[in-house]
Amino acid sequence: MIKKELAVAALKNGTVIDHIPSESLFKVVSMLGIKNLTSSVTIGFNLDSEHMGKKGILKMADVTFPQETLNRIAVIAPTAIINVIKDYEVVSKHKVVVPEELNNIVKCNNPKCISNNEPMRTRFHVIDRENIVLRCHHCECTVHQNEIVLK
Amino acid sequence: MTKSLVSISDLSKEEILALLEKAGEFEKQPNQRLLEGKVVATLFFEPSTRTRLSFETAVNRLGGRVIGFSDAKTSSQSKGETLKDTIMMVSNYADLIVMRHYLEGAARYASEISPVPIINAGDGANQHPSQTMLDLYSIYKTQGRLTDLTITMVGDLKYGRTVHSLLEAMQYFNPTFNFVACDELKMPDQYKRFCDKLGIKYTETTEFSEDIINQTDILYMTRVQRERFSDLMEYERVKSIYTLRASMLENSKDTLKVLHPLPRITEIDQDVDDSPKAYYFQQAQNGLYARQAIICRALGIKG
Ligand SMILES: [Zn+2]
Repeated sequence: MIKKELAVAALKNGTVIDHIPSESLFKVVSMLGIKNLTSSVTIGFNLDSEHMGKKGILKMADVTFPQETLNRIAVIAPTAIINVIKDYEVVSKHKVVVPEELNNIVKCNNPKCISNNEPMRTRFHVIDRENIVLRCHHCECTVHQNEIVLK
Repeated sequence: MTKSLVSISDLSKEEILALLEKAGEFEKQPNQRLLEGKVVATLFFEPSTRTRLSFETAVNRLGGRVIGFSDAKTSSQSKGETLKDTIMMVSNYADLIVMRHYLEGAARYASEISPVPIINAGDGANQHPSQTMLDLYSIYKTQGRLTDLTITMVGDLKYGRTVHSLLEAMQYFNPTFNFVACDELKMPDQYKRFCDKLGIKYTETTEFSEDIINQTDILYMTRVQRERFSDLMEYERVKSIYTLRASMLENSKDTLKVLHPLPRITEIDQDVDDSPKAYYFQQAQNGLYARQAIICRALGIKG
């Protein structure tokens, strides 16, 4: 147990995102713009998880994210748990919530969609929250979770 | 209030019925000077002579003026201008934009940025709501009602956008559908799920039998296109199975009407044309009245 704790240093202040499916980890990293952070960040990849087999974890010192930003993660990592840390204590812990609409986050998979042919923002409606199915607001095609490509 | 029409699902049941009533008035009197002093732009980024002439006739019969282009090759799009810039430029001149585009979602996007209303005259394989309105008007006119009808759809139910939009629009009127298509072109699951969710009755078969025709009120035929098949033998087989011949209508209801969005290839034999049940040519003509109604709705003209 102690060994495990030491593998990743404890955070004084910041955000820990746990239970990220391993295959979505690096998408989450790019979605949160982590490469632009100046504070210390620990990225855990392919960690053993009792429930998920393999999981990813992100520990980011001295940052918090607006709820809206965190909810975007839900589209590619619906199992993710957000922990906010203050003074080594978890002050809030909650699951991400899939938003009803995604603005300029996901790319449309239809090459004949106007959004892939015009400099414009994309917009998707979440039509199935459980299985994460999206519908493009413009061309009306559906995108399933495993097909999601970020913008 | 001005209102764009991009997709048939933009319309409520009440709005559909109001448009049909309006179309009926235009059929009685197609020449009404309701668009006096208005300019309508028809922007056809993809050519479609049939649809463009129908819209332009509708504007002319209402006393409005038409500007626009009929092919993207002659427009500034070929110089690499964005759709947004074209729409913004044209909206300086026109009170309404009717547009057809080869890209899906183009009309929805245009309706978000345009200061004047947009009517979608087809966006790629996506939507073509004025076609659906003329189909509904044809059904209403020939049957005297939209409710409790049996509609048999035949041919390409997979890619045929007209059947998908018609199916969606009929949701308010308690229809029964028969889907007749080969396995390659059968109705996509999402539309069957749509029916299941709303409790709409349907059957699905590969056999285009007289049995089904005899129960039908509206026989909606669609074009089976060669491009859909990788195997040309299969195309030839399917093409002949799903061809309607006059002999197949012998024991059908007296009130049955055969519809087809046109142009047809071989789905309807020439010998059907002489049958009083053939309605596809009048159906196309109904497009004029439906489009007159859609234009007036878009401009907020009560008339
Ligand atoms: Zn799209």
